[in-house]
Amino acid sequence: MSTSGHSWQRARLRSVRDLTADVRLFEIEPSGAFIAPTPGSHIKVAVQIEGRPEVRSYSTVGLSADHIYRIAVKRAPISRGGSAYMWRLQDDALLTISAPDNHFPLSHGCPDYVLVAGGIGITPIHSMALALAQTNASFRVLYACRSAADAALADELRTVIGDRLVLVLDDAGMRIDFEAEIARLAPAGECYVCGPIGMLEAAKAAWQRSGRLAAGLRYETFGNSGRFASEAFRVKIPRLGLDLDVPANRSLLDVLEAAGVGMIADCRRGECGLCVLPICSVNGIVDHRDVFFSDEEKAANARLCTCVSRVVNGSITLDTGHR
Amino acid sequence: MGQTQTFPLNAWYAAAWCHEIVHELAARTICGNAIVLYRRTDGAVAALEDSCWHRLLPLSMGRLKGDDVMCGYHGLVFNSAGRCTHMPAQRTINPSACVRAYPVAERHRLVWIWPGDPALADLAKIPDFHWNDGAEWVGEGGTFYSLKCDYRLVVDNLMDLTHETYVHVGSIGDEAITETPFEVTHTQSSATMTRWMINIEPPPFWGRQIGRPGRVDRWQIVTFQSPSVVVGDVGVAMTGTGAPKGDRSQGVNGAFLAALTPEKDGTCHYFWNFVRNYRTDDVQLSRDLQRMHVNDGQGVYDQDHVVLEAQQRAIEVNPGMPFYNLNIDAGALWARRLIDAQIAQEAAHPVVLAARMAG
Repeated sequence: MSTSGHSWQRARLRSVRDLTADVRLFEIEPSGAFIAPTPGSHIKVAVQIEGRPEVRSYSTVGLSADHIYRIAVKRAPISRGGSAYMWRLQDDALLTISAPDNHFPLSHGCPDYVLVAGGIGITPIHSMALALAQTNASFRVLYACRSAADAALADELRTVIGDRLVLVLDDAGMRIDFEAEIARLAPAGECYVCGPIGMLEAAKAAWQRSGRLAAGLRYETFGNSGRFASEAFRVKIPRLGLDLDVPANRSLLDVLEAAGVGMIADCRRGECGLCVLPICSVNGIVDHRDVFFSDEEKAANARLCTCVSRVVNGSITLDTGHR
Repeated sequence: MGQTQTFPLNAWYAAAWCHEIVHELAARTICGNAIVLYRRTDGAVAALEDSCWHRLLPLSMGRLKGDDVMCGYHGLVFNSAGRCTHMPAQRTINPSACVRAYPVAERHRLVWIWPGDPALADLAKIPDFHWNDGAEWVGEGGTFYSLKCDYRLVVDNLMDLTHETYVHVGSIGDEAITETPFEVTHTQSSATMTRWMINIEPPPFWGRQIGRPGRVDRWQIVTFQSPSVVVGDVGVAMTGTGAPKGDRSQGVNGAFLAALTPEKDGTCHYFWNFVRNYRTDDVQLSRDLQRMHVNDGQGVYDQDHVVLEAQQRAIEVNPGMPFYNLNIDAGALWARRLIDAQIAQEAAHPVVLAARMAG
């Protein structure tokens, strides 16, 4: 992805602060124009992964009244490499960042909201909660994480929203009861979810069972979580005579493009369905990480979104549209 | 958007008369934002970005499907909150798919839209336009949509009524206006120009309204509410009966109302009315007053528009040419200072507004 567009600019890493053992807050001071992020916004950051320039999107944290962008990055043991790069940065590091954009906008004037965060998914949810608190809206925040010590931003949030923040801790054996939470939401209320794909799928299933209008469930996914941890796998494309390794920290799409396979892709986060390829056979399990296919389509395993989906325990054989 | 913003976005702007918005798609451009308006079956007005998320076709070229809008190109459907509820040829909906939903409110017989940061859209900030409610004051106005001048030229026009003497000779124009001093006062959000003409012959229009012979005291108390509403409290009362001290019982009182909405740089929508609190049951008088203002080029507002559009053309063919100011411009200059302050304040803290941005 190019960083030469007009919305990119240089920025300085003003400071970093660890929120938990593996979540770090970055305060980024843009060198040029500042555009205030609205809740749900993200900025893109140019990163280097094994010497390759790549772009990562991070949700902005807070309302940025002081013209400083804040993002929080979780250090992932196996990631696509963005978090490792970010965690190596020191104060005063120079960055290239985009202006904020918002694919996860918060509606205004809804009678009731339930905001659901899983782990690092707290970042946009935190900003939304602050904005709703400012307008005296009716809302609750459900924040699921491993333990209280892992609940980044929870203390800050609690000082503003008090007991409207509900922590749901794995180590206490707690789980979000989506059925019950959706049932207590006002009829025209909205639910916002940012978290791992398992949580999102649970929310979608419960929402659908509730009979509510689908558009009332809002969610964002960066396509980087699946049912399984990322691991390396092999991909074969007989039509092109290709047999490639997909390392744990690279996407299938990236590897195909690097090998010269002609691909059309757009969102690169499993939403649009443009990078889909047909599956000829799979040896192992396809970890569908997109939100483009329905559950039935995923179960049928006939196609996959190459930008986010992966294979566990084996290899996959794909076809392409090349003729 | 132009290099220098000509209007603030964090404001309520009139977009339509309430009666104009029915269960049909209506397109308006407000502050450079293409917006589609419609009335839902529950009576509430919806205002969406008039541009499909997918390929930008104006949604106003599509059709209503219940309370949702279906794009006329590929059938994407958006609800009145701007959320996509249908995509063709797939079983799921891209969660990013939405169009902007604008804060919208109905008050004073107008539909108001807030084109700026929705988080700041406070209903208490809707301008005071109660004269237009159709209760104590009556009158039937209208709208000049897409008037080819910057909305601030209309503010100038209304904040300095000296022009009546020259533009509206024979109706409300009178030499007394130019001969009488005026006072300008201002607050954080308004500017008021007050002129009292004591013991004058009424100009022809006001002579007919008061319906009695004799000299009058005439007042013009014109208040600008930033950024774009002007209300002029105008009238005449028999001279010596105490009107300047507050007793208007021996006179007639009207108000000219202007809600000026930037369409884009250099053009505006001008929602106007002329209301009165006398002979309020006289339907024929309401019609006559409307004709007096707009009448196939013969009305007083028609006269203004010729001037305003010609002025805009002159500005455009003379880029960078300054305006020089006279003392009569004090009210207009206070109004512009308030507008400029709002624009500067917003420029210092721009906000991500569009769901769709480049990059």
